[in-house]
Amino acid sequence: MNAFDPSAMVNDPPLLRVDGLSFRYGPDTPTDALGSVDFSLHAGRFHALLGPNGAGKSTLFGLISRLLRIQQGDIRLNGLSLKQAPARVLQGIGMVFQQSTLDLDLSVEDNLHYHASLHGLGGKHRIARIETELSRVELLNRRGDKVRKLNGGHRRRVEIARALLHQPQLLLLDEASVGLDSHTRTQINRHIRRLCRDQGVGVLWATHLIEEIQSGDPVTLLHRGRVIANADAEQICRETRCGTLLQAFETLTSESPLDQGLVRPQGLQP
Amino acid sequence: MNSSPLRSAASNCAQVLPLERLPASAYLQAFRGILYRELLRFVHQRSRFFSSLIRPLVWLAVFAAGFRAALGISIIEPYQTYITYEVYIAPGLVAMVLLFNAMQSSLSMVYDREMGGMRVLLMSPLPRSYLLLCKLLASALVSVPQVYAFLAVAWWFGVEPPPMGYLWLLPAILSSALLLGALGLFISTFIKQLENFAGVMNFVIFPMFFISSALYPLWKMQEASELLYALCRYNPFSHCVELIRFALYERFNVDAALVVGGCLLLFVALAVIAFDPQRGLMRAKRG
Repeated sequence: MNAFDPSAMVNDPPLLRVDGLSFRYGPDTPTDALGSVDFSLHAGRFHALLGPNGAGKSTLFGLISRLLRIQQGDIRLNGLSLKQAPARVLQGIGMVFQQSTLDLDLSVEDNLHYHASLHGLGGKHRIARIETELSRVELLNRRGDKVRKLNGGHRRRVEIARALLHQPQLLLLDEASVGLDSHTRTQINRHIRRLCRDQGVGVLWATHLIEEIQSGDPVTLLHRGRVIANADAEQICRETRCGTLLQAFETLTSESPLDQGLVRPQGLQP
Repeated sequence: MNSSPLRSAASNCAQVLPLERLPASAYLQAFRGILYRELLRFVHQRSRFFSSLIRPLVWLAVFAAGFRAALGISIIEPYQTYITYEVYIAPGLVAMVLLFNAMQSSLSMVYDREMGGMRVLLMSPLPRSYLLLCKLLASALVSVPQVYAFLAVAWWFGVEPPPMGYLWLLPAILSSALLLGALGLFISTFIKQLENFAGVMNFVIFPMFFISSALYPLWKMQEASELLYALCRYNPFSHCVELIRFALYERFNVDAALVVGGCLLLFVALAVIAFDPQRGLMRAKRG
């Protein structure tokens, strides 16, 4: 089922458009990791990419961030094709990876300087951007600390600050809250939503934790490499006549979401 | 739903709307950033500096002392008189510093690839081939202070080249370091896991070093075996050693420079072509 596209509610052209994206990890793999994925995302929106482990979320992120080569379909940012203008598209994308990519032996500030220089930022502008983003995540006082000394939540915040240094239009977060306690998860989720609201950044938030999604959020539901729903969370529930997104997922896939590791509600063992 | 205040907030990101080409200065900033990171990592890894210094010094102090009595060195270019074995072996040990530094740098590339640090580099909008060249050059520059630190200590062992020789040495060690770095980078693209690196290096570092003119003059090798002599002659590392040896005594070895230059271009091209960030991700997914 392809439910409603949230872009239908917005008049502006989408910030990110994914068209007919398919990907396979080599000819010896039995199925496509992604098959004809279509969806779009608008500036200033918190867009959830929901799917169980192995649904293809990281593959999709790998393709958008150009770590993987597009085999079929296209990805457009602000109308620019990633295949035709990769450098200009990458300028507009910030990414927080599932696995931490900070250099543990360098200070917070040095990690940010390194990233900023890779995006061509220099001089006073670079310093100002680092201060702005570090103060936004409330880590200005830890700027000189080695990353190794920071806890998991702080490291994530540094990664978010780093991803925003070059003022991207689109922020990709690949399971950014995995491994964090619920309080830190909530804090990071709130921070990202504030970014959408105040800065107009479009956010693609990949998760398998349904509790992180709010009823009005646009959701792309990915299952076995295919989009099975693409609408507001509320609309998906309405369309499937389910009380919760969790039940909606079960209805759409005819499989137990718990079996697939989609959600691990607190206190409930998988 | 997407209210106008939101859109106006979005339009505040004027610097990125629309996406514009990066200015030429961005290339310089990226190189400075990569170089600064390499230097920081080097400074933080003090053991790396000391091991890079101790290793050739042990060869100079122990190995050379033992061989001095056993091995006579006749007058060969660029030397104008008889020399001690320590003096002969010093350029080879300089090249050894470069070789180990290059392999260490390749190891860090494999580590970054495994641990995800490479993704930060690859998310840069700058061309990947340019970023790789920056990494190579930064790594080569990091080896320069190591070489001069070794030569400073080697002075006490009787390795006393003319003062201008130290200046002549700079382009020789940079080009040799780039060549060895490119070779290491090329090899690292084929290494599947970090654990395999040590094994592969044993098949690269030791043969490269021993089957070269670093420890014995080529005519000595020829006396021992024609095959070894041929291998030494075709080993690019021998030409790095000879380029360094001649530069240290204010001489320019044209043949060595041509071979080092040619191999540098070849290995850089091979490393850039072989470098495929997708390969690691594909392998990880396929399991």
